[in-house]
Amino acid sequence: MNPKTAPETLDQLRGILGPHGLISSSEELRTYECDGLTNFRVIPSAVVLPDSTEQVQAVVRVCHRERIPFVARGSGTGLSGGALPVAGGIVICLARMKRILEVDLPNARVVVEPGVINLDVTGRVASANYFYAPDPSSQSVCSIGGNVAENSGGAHCLKYGFTTTHVLGLEVVLPDGSLVNFGGLTLDTPGYDLAGVFVGSEGTLGIATKITLRIVKRPECVRTLLAAFHSPTEAGSAVSGIIAAGMLPAAIEMMDNLAIQAAEAAVHANYPDCGGLLLVELDGPVAEVDALMAHVDEICRQHGAWEIRVAQSEEERALVWKGRKAAFAAMGRISPNYIVQDGVIPRTSLPQILSEIDQLSTETGLRVANVFHAGDGNLHPLVLYDRRIAGQEKAAERLSERILELCIEKGGSITGEHGVGEEKKHMMSKMFAEPDLDTMQRVRCAFDPFQLSNPTKVFPRTRLCGEKPGEYVPHPLELAGVAERF
Amino acid sequence: MSVGNQFGATLVEPVDENETAAILRDANETGRAVIPTGGGTKLDWGNPPRRADVMLSTRHLNRVLEHAWADLTVTVEAGCTVAELQSTLAQHGQRLAIDPLWPERATIGGILATNDSGSLRLGYGALRDLIIGITLVLADGTIAKSGGKVVKNVAGYDLPKLATGGFGTLGVITRAVFRLHPLPRNTRTLTIAVDGADAMQRVILAILNAQLAPAAVQARNGNVDILLEGTLDGIAAQQAALKEFGEVREGSLEVWKAREELWGEGTIVKFTILPSRIAAASAFFSRFVIQATGIGYARFDADLARLRTAMEQDGGSLVILGRTKLDAWGSPGDALPLMRAVKSQFDPKGTLNPGRFVGGI
Repeated sequence: MNPKTAPETLDQLRGILGPHGLISSSEELRTYECDGLTNFRVIPSAVVLPDSTEQVQAVVRVCHRERIPFVARGSGTGLSGGALPVAGGIVICLARMKRILEVDLPNARVVVEPGVINLDVTGRVASANYFYAPDPSSQSVCSIGGNVAENSGGAHCLKYGFTTTHVLGLEVVLPDGSLVNFGGLTLDTPGYDLAGVFVGSEGTLGIATKITLRIVKRPECVRTLLAAFHSPTEAGSAVSGIIAAGMLPAAIEMMDNLAIQAAEAAVHANYPDCGGLLLVELDGPVAEVDALMAHVDEICRQHGAWEIRVAQSEEERALVWKGRKAAFAAMGRISPNYIVQDGVIPRTSLPQILSEIDQLSTETGLRVANVFHAGDGNLHPLVLYDRRIAGQEKAAERLSERILELCIEKGGSITGEHGVGEEKKHMMSKMFAEPDLDTMQRVRCAFDPFQLSNPTKVFPRTRLCGEKPGEYVPHPLELAGVAERF
Repeated sequence: MSVGNQFGATLVEPVDENETAAILRDANETGRAVIPTGGGTKLDWGNPPRRADVMLSTRHLNRVLEHAWADLTVTVEAGCTVAELQSTLAQHGQRLAIDPLWPERATIGGILATNDSGSLRLGYGALRDLIIGITLVLADGTIAKSGGKVVKNVAGYDLPKLATGGFGTLGVITRAVFRLHPLPRNTRTLTIAVDGADAMQRVILAILNAQLAPAAVQARNGNVDILLEGTLDGIAAQQAALKEFGEVREGSLEVWKAREELWGEGTIVKFTILPSRIAAASAFFSRFVIQATGIGYARFDADLARLRTAMEQDGGSLVILGRTKLDAWGSPGDALPLMRAVKSQFDPKGTLNPGRFVGGI
C-alpha cells in the first residue's frame, strides 16, 4: 500500500475538487481519524469533500488508477469503525452532497444525495403527514449514505423494517469509477437485486451518490406505554406475551436499572425507578390501536408490571423516547468509559442471556447496563469500565466479545444494526463457515476486483479475486508488490 | 403443469444438501447445464435456457425444519410447497405473509427464485423483506449460508436478497429462513366499484394517502379491492372511513385469486409502474390486476415490444411470464455488466440455468 499519497496525486485531487475540497494538512486530517467508535484511529493521507457525483467519480477514478484505497464517510457516527480510514488511503466525505433532489408525495418517494441527514427527510415531508421510517438513535446527525452503508435500523424497524426495506433505487459509483443504477423508481426492476446486496455492505462495494427512498404515511395515532417491572426477565416474559397474542407493535424497547439511572441522570426522562422498564409503542388507525393497547396493558400486568403509564401528549411521548435514544451517551454520566455492543438473539433466549450476562458481570466485576430492542432480540449491552484502571479496558473488551459469542451460540448474530466494520471482523469466522465467507467475497470480487473500497473491513481477511478457494496461490498483484494480504 | 423433462433433460432428485452439491459439482465439471425446479409451475418464465442437461428437482427437500413459533421464524427446505408450509405455521396461529401464485404446487425455492410475493406486499413487504437467511449450493458444489435465524442481522452481505429473484442462476436454493407474522385476528375484503381508469387511480391514491392500514389493495377491471386485517373495531372504523371514496361492498377472499385467474389462454405480462401511472398503464389492457404497490399483471397479445417501450419510457418495466419470440426481460439498465460479473463469480462456467435470466445470464 502507498504509505502516503504522492504529491502529484494530491494535485490531481485538488484539480478535481478545487482548493476547498481537499484536506491534507495533518491537524485537519485528525478530525477524520475515527468514526463513532473512537478506540480505533488511523489518520488518512487525504480527505476529499466532493460536491457532486461527477467529482466522486473523478476521485474514484484516480484511486482506481493509482490503486489507492478509499473509505466513504457520511457524518461519522457509525459504531463499528466502518468509516475508519485505511492507512495510506483517502477518505471521501460526502457531507457536502446534502440536497434533497426530488419529493414525489403521490408515489411516496424521495430522492436524496448521500449527505442528507436522516431526520431531514422526515422534516421535508412531515407537513404532508409522511415520514421516513428508519430511525437510528443518531438520526438527528447521521446521513442517509451512512444508513445505506450500514443498513441502519432503529427502534421502529420491528414494524417498519430496516434501511434496506426503504431503499428503492441507488446511483452508485463503482470502485473503478463507473456509474451504475440499481433498482429504480418502481419495484422489481429486471435483474439481480443489487440494491439489496449493496445496502448494508458497509462501503465495501462502492459509493452511493443518489438514493431513492420510500416514505411512509404517518399513522392516524401513536400510543406509547411505559411499564415498570421488578426485573428484565419479567419484562422479557411480557414481550413474549405480547408477541404470542399476535400483535406487532411499532416498537418494544427495554432498559434495565443501570440504563434507567443513566438516562435519568442525562435527560430526566421521568422513568419509574425499576428493575426492568418496557416501552411499547403501537400505531395505526385509532380504533385498532385502542383495542390492542388495552390488551398490551393487560398482558403487562399479568407478567408483573407494577406501574403502567401511557404518554398523554406528544411532549410526554417525545420525552420517553429522548431518554431511550440518549441511553448510550448517558453512560458517560455513570462511567468514565463504556463499550456498546449490538448482538442479536432469538427473542426467547432473552431471560437466559440476561442471567449469563449478569454472571459474567459478577465474575469480572464490571458493570453491564442493558438496553434492548426487545421485540426483535437486538441487545445493546453497555460494558462499563475505567480506562485509568490497569487491565480494565482489556477485560471490558473481552467481556463484550464473550457476550457476542453467547449470541452466536444461541443462533443469533454479532450485529443487528451497527455493522461489522473494523471492530467485529474477527468475529465473522465464529458466525460463518469459511465457504459462507468465501461466497460473500465473490460478490466483493465482482464489484471491486482490486479491493479498493473500504478494503480492510467486514471480512477477517480479504480474498484476492483471482484466488481459488481452499488453496493459496499468490495473486499477480501480490507478487508485483501492489497489494498485500491483511 | 407437472415437473417434466420439458427440455429433454435428465431428472435428478437429491435427498439432501450434500447430494445436491455432489450433483452440481459433477455437472459443473463435466460441462452439463442444470435447470433447478420445484413444483414446476413457472418453468416457462424467463427465457428458454440455452442448454438443459440435468433437471434438478428439490422435491425431496421438503421439510419444515424448525418452526420457532415463539420467535416468529421458520427454517424450511426449498422443496416444501407454500401451502404445506402455511398449514404447518397455522398450527401455531402464524403465517408467512405472502400470497403467491398456485400455493398448492409452488415451492418455497421456486417463489424465491422467481420473486413472487403477491398482493400482501403492501402490508407486509415482499419476499426480500421477509427472508432472513438462506442456504445456497453453488455450481461448484460450495454450500454457503448467509443471513441467519434472527430477524435483525447485518453481519456480512445480504445474499438472501441477491438470490431472491435470481432465477436460480447464482446457486440452487436449498433452505430458507423467514420472519413470520401472526395470522390476522379477523379479515374483511371490501370492494369499491369504479367508473373508468381515472376514478380507479383516484381511489387507490386516496386510500394510500389516507391514514388507513390495508394489508392489500388491488385494481381489477372496474373495481378496487381492499383487504383489511386486525381487530373487529379497527376493521369497522376503517371500513367506515373508506365510504368517503365510493360505495363499499363486502366481498370474499376469492377476489384475491384474480391474478391467478388471468392465466389460461394468451400471454401474461408483469409490469411495474409508479402508483400515479396506474390509469395510464391500465389503458393498454382489456383484463388486468394492478396491485397498489405498482406491480401489475395482465393478458396481452398485441405488440409486446411497443408495450415494453411505453412502460420503460414511463420509468417502469415489462416482463413476459411465458415464452414468446421476444426477450422475456427487457432492459436491466446500466448495471448489466456488473450483473454479469456477479454471475461469473458465482457460476463461471454458466452451469445454472444458462440464458434464462436478463441479458443472456
